[in-house]
Amino acid sequence: MRAVILILAAAALLALPFAAQAAGQPALITLATRIAVYAIAAASLNFILGYGGMVSFGHAAFFGLGAYTVGVMFHHAGAGPMFGLIPGTTHLLVTIPLALAVSGLAAAAIGALSLRTGGVQFIMITLAFAQMLFFLFVSLTTYGGEDGLIIRRPNEFLGLNLRDRVTMYYVALGFAAAFFLILWRIVHSSFGAVIQGIRQNERRMAALGYAPYRYKLAAFVLSGMGCGLAGALMANVLRFTSPDLMHWTKSGELIVMVILGGLGSFFGPVFGAAAFLILETYLAGWSEHWPLALGAILLVIVLFTRGGVAGLIARIGGALQR
Amino acid sequence: MTAVLEIAGLVRRFGGLTATDNVSLTVMPGEIHALIGPNGAGKSTLINQICGELRPDAGAVRLMGRDITAATVPERVALGLGRTFQVTSLLDEMTVRANIGMAVAAREGRTFRLWDRLAGRASVWAEADALLRGTALEPRAAVVVRDLSHGEKKQLELLVALARRPAVLLLDEPMAGLGHAESQEMIGRLAEVGRTTPMLLVEHDMDAVFALATRVSVLVYGRIIAQGSPDAIRNDPAVREAYLGAEDELA
Repeated sequence: MRAVILILAAAALLALPFAAQAAGQPALITLATRIAVYAIAAASLNFILGYGGMVSFGHAAFFGLGAYTVGVMFHHAGAGPMFGLIPGTTHLLVTIPLALAVSGLAAAAIGALSLRTGGVQFIMITLAFAQMLFFLFVSLTTYGGEDGLIIRRPNEFLGLNLRDRVTMYYVALGFAAAFFLILWRIVHSSFGAVIQGIRQNERRMAALGYAPYRYKLAAFVLSGMGCGLAGALMANVLRFTSPDLMHWTKSGELIVMVILGGLGSFFGPVFGAAAFLILETYLAGWSEHWPLALGAILLVIVLFTRGGVAGLIARIGGALQR
Repeated sequence: MTAVLEIAGLVRRFGGLTATDNVSLTVMPGEIHALIGPNGAGKSTLINQICGELRPDAGAVRLMGRDITAATVPERVALGLGRTFQVTSLLDEMTVRANIGMAVAAREGRTFRLWDRLAGRASVWAEADALLRGTALEPRAAVVVRDLSHGEKKQLELLVALARRPAVLLLDEPMAGLGHAESQEMIGRLAEVGRTTPMLLVEHDMDAVFALATRVSVLVYGRIIAQGSPDAIRNDPAVREAYLGAEDELA
């Protein structure tokens, strides 16, 4: 049953560009690409928020760092090496691992400090670090300051033309598929079980002999790297990067996607990202006061559906089987 | 013979209150050492210092001769200090079996693996099932802990602690909130465990204490006022004084 649903979903996702073009709605392809990329970011956050119980309000920092890795490397490919030492690059097979390394290192530093606290303090410290990075990039005039960096050419990848929106969609979809496969393994590993145990009862886990800090830090780093990957892809989709990608409202959007989709549900963030971006796109076309409507919808979902969209789907599925 | 667990001159103050006042006691191999005392005597404060959740202001805790006063909770557990919680503290969203499995996995190690399958670790689940076999929880193995009764949770606390194969077991009121039949069952279980594992038993239930203990210490206002065999403690005038109004309990 589960396998059938997965195969049907994969087929639908593969056929989507053709359907969109046949329906005369090519804009849908870019929307679907953004959903795939945001699903990666939201699922990364969900790994520590939903599975690990760590409420990070600063995950846009890693998203932005991933995007800036692509932007800055593109800039130096044209303007000469960074600090006269590090050459720029426009190859996706270089920028993606680099984005993972940069966001992973940043997450290690931020996590090492903020995970010494918990609860509201943890939320505020992650927020503070993200805002520090935001203002850092606003002040970096070399990289466009608050205007951001335009990436005139997307990265080169296996000879594909990433400017073509259908190609970019399939590339993003491929990365998302690989990401969710890896995430599935991690969630079901011994490490994944420890992370979930820590959310349920950290004191008990310590009494079992697990030292929670190092598990939480490793999870935080992995989560930051996932957001970095999403950021690097987003820079290629938008061919642009700006400090807005690491603004605290972006961290908030990621949290909204996670909650909307279903906290701690594996595919929840996919539904959450889809619901958020579709609502944003269509409500924004309808009224400039769209966040008001979005807020109302979010309120209804949080109040009336336990487990977000994923929870709703599971309950409908359960009712149908009966 | 070295003590399995030795507490030497432990002191802990909270502001002006001395919650633990120069407490010393030992748990010898094969011993069930009971710690009793009226409410507010400082039993929980003492337990928390032995487990490592609270640092003492002075004194030392030794496990099999090794000073563990500065060790963290997980370090102490890895060295062989097991405990159960007074207010049950379990992984509420996991099943009974998974709770035991997590304890077995913690002992086996190799839990920092991102690419294995916990469900596929045969040695973990074989041992979890072996621990469950023959217990009242066996038919409840697949039940999520949140849905267990209080008595079942108390039993699981003990099983989870045993899954770590502790060298010494700290039991923080294992009878609390149990009905009469459940208490009798728990006493039987503890007597059985006590044959192989030395214990420090903190308990309110005097029937349980006198049925199980080989030695009893009485804690009043953070200080040990009497220590001896169950019979000696039962007849100690200072203990009777401290338990004034609860004399029938001791009778």
